[in-house]
Amino acid sequence: MERGVHDRGGLPTDEPIDRSEHTLEDWEVLTDALVGALARRGVMNVDELRRGIESMPPEEYVRASYYERWLFSMESILTEKGVLAAGELDRRAAG
Amino acid sequence: MSEHDHDHTPITNGDEPAAAVRARALEELLVEKGVLRPEEIRAGIDWLVSRTPADGARLVARAWVDPEFKRRLLADARSAALELGLDPGPSPVVVALANTETVHHMIVCTLCSCYPRALLGPPPAWYKSLPYRSRAVSDPRGVLAEFGLEIGDDVELRVVDSTADIRYLVIPRRPPGTDELSEERLAALVTRDSMIGVAQPAEPALA
Amino acid sequence: MTYRVGEPVAVATRAHGGHHRTPSYIKGKTGRVERVHAAFRNPETRAYGDDGLPEMPLYLVSFARSELWPDSPADGGYRVYVDVFEHWLEGAR
Repeated sequence: MERGVHDRGGLPTDEPIDRSEHTLEDWEVLTDALVGALARRGVMNVDELRRGIESMPPEEYVRASYYERWLFSMESILTEKGVLAAGELDRRAAG
Repeated sequence: MSEHDHDHTPITNGDEPAAAVRARALEELLVEKGVLRPEEIRAGIDWLVSRTPADGARLVARAWVDPEFKRRLLADARSAALELGLDPGPSPVVVALANTETVHHMIVCTLCSCYPRALLGPPPAWYKSLPYRSRAVSDPRGVLAEFGLEIGDDVELRVVDSTADIRYLVIPRRPPGTDELSEERLAALVTRDSMIGVAQPAEPALA
Repeated sequence: MTYRVGEPVAVATRAHGGHHRTPSYIKGKTGRVERVHAAFRNPETRAYGDDGLPEMPLYLVSFARSELWPDSPADGGYRVYVDVFEHWLEGAR
């Protein structure tokens, strides 16, 4: 049965569950707030966010942190919608 | 260290993760383009940081002392939360699942990380992790053992995978020896992990 | 709502290339309806900018461990409960 990289139920794994606590970094809270604000504005809904995350190349998905996936998805979906120009976020992030 | 450009370039230092720079750059672009206003973003940040498991704990404590409230909570947790002046969050339906002597619930989102954030705060990192998402549905007793929780073979274990818009939280069993405790003291025993289902509530400290 | 609490239902095995919320570990498996939820907007179309209407009926369906992982050694029973949309379900015996 083919599955997307996000579809993890039942996948065999030797990776231990790291139970340590992690306080969210400021940028993670910001990323979360951006998604929420975009949803309330009707610009991008949470299903589109998920689709964007699921479109990540599998090796990137596995390697990325949780909110890095959200950033990837926002850039992907917002570029698809023409809110961002292709490469625009890269250029701005590079300063 | 790059020079601060008063127009838009954020100051970066070499220690900051690339994702942090990227998140701020995205924020800048969205505000510049008029897609979002700074106050909307601020409100979202304020909301998220205000969310804690204390809200969920209040629901549980009230259910422990008030059987009629518990009945309403199990019928419609969203309305029960509103009854206590709590914010149940944007999900249209919230379902509370009561543990009993013979049934124990455990929550997961194998596809992403769906979680009742409004009532419990942001999910713990392990809840969002790939191994939890994989093993919760294929080795739940093994996962619980790692969390230090053993469920008897005579207890029915129910693993709930939140795949849709419904948000689930567990109503753990009231610990023994708590008959004399006030509702407030009871709420203090209700841990986040007990409302996910990977732990029992704390026991009252022995005097 | 087509199915009722207690009824056996089977999850479709069809391939669905786009976004969907039916996890692969239940596809082709038979379970039991535990709850009949309300109807919800369809995430499969919402994910592409559609309004997600019409709302689709949603069920909480439970699956036995032995059904999901028939090759795994018995390790203490449990059931897995999953929210599944009606259009992914078929009546079963």
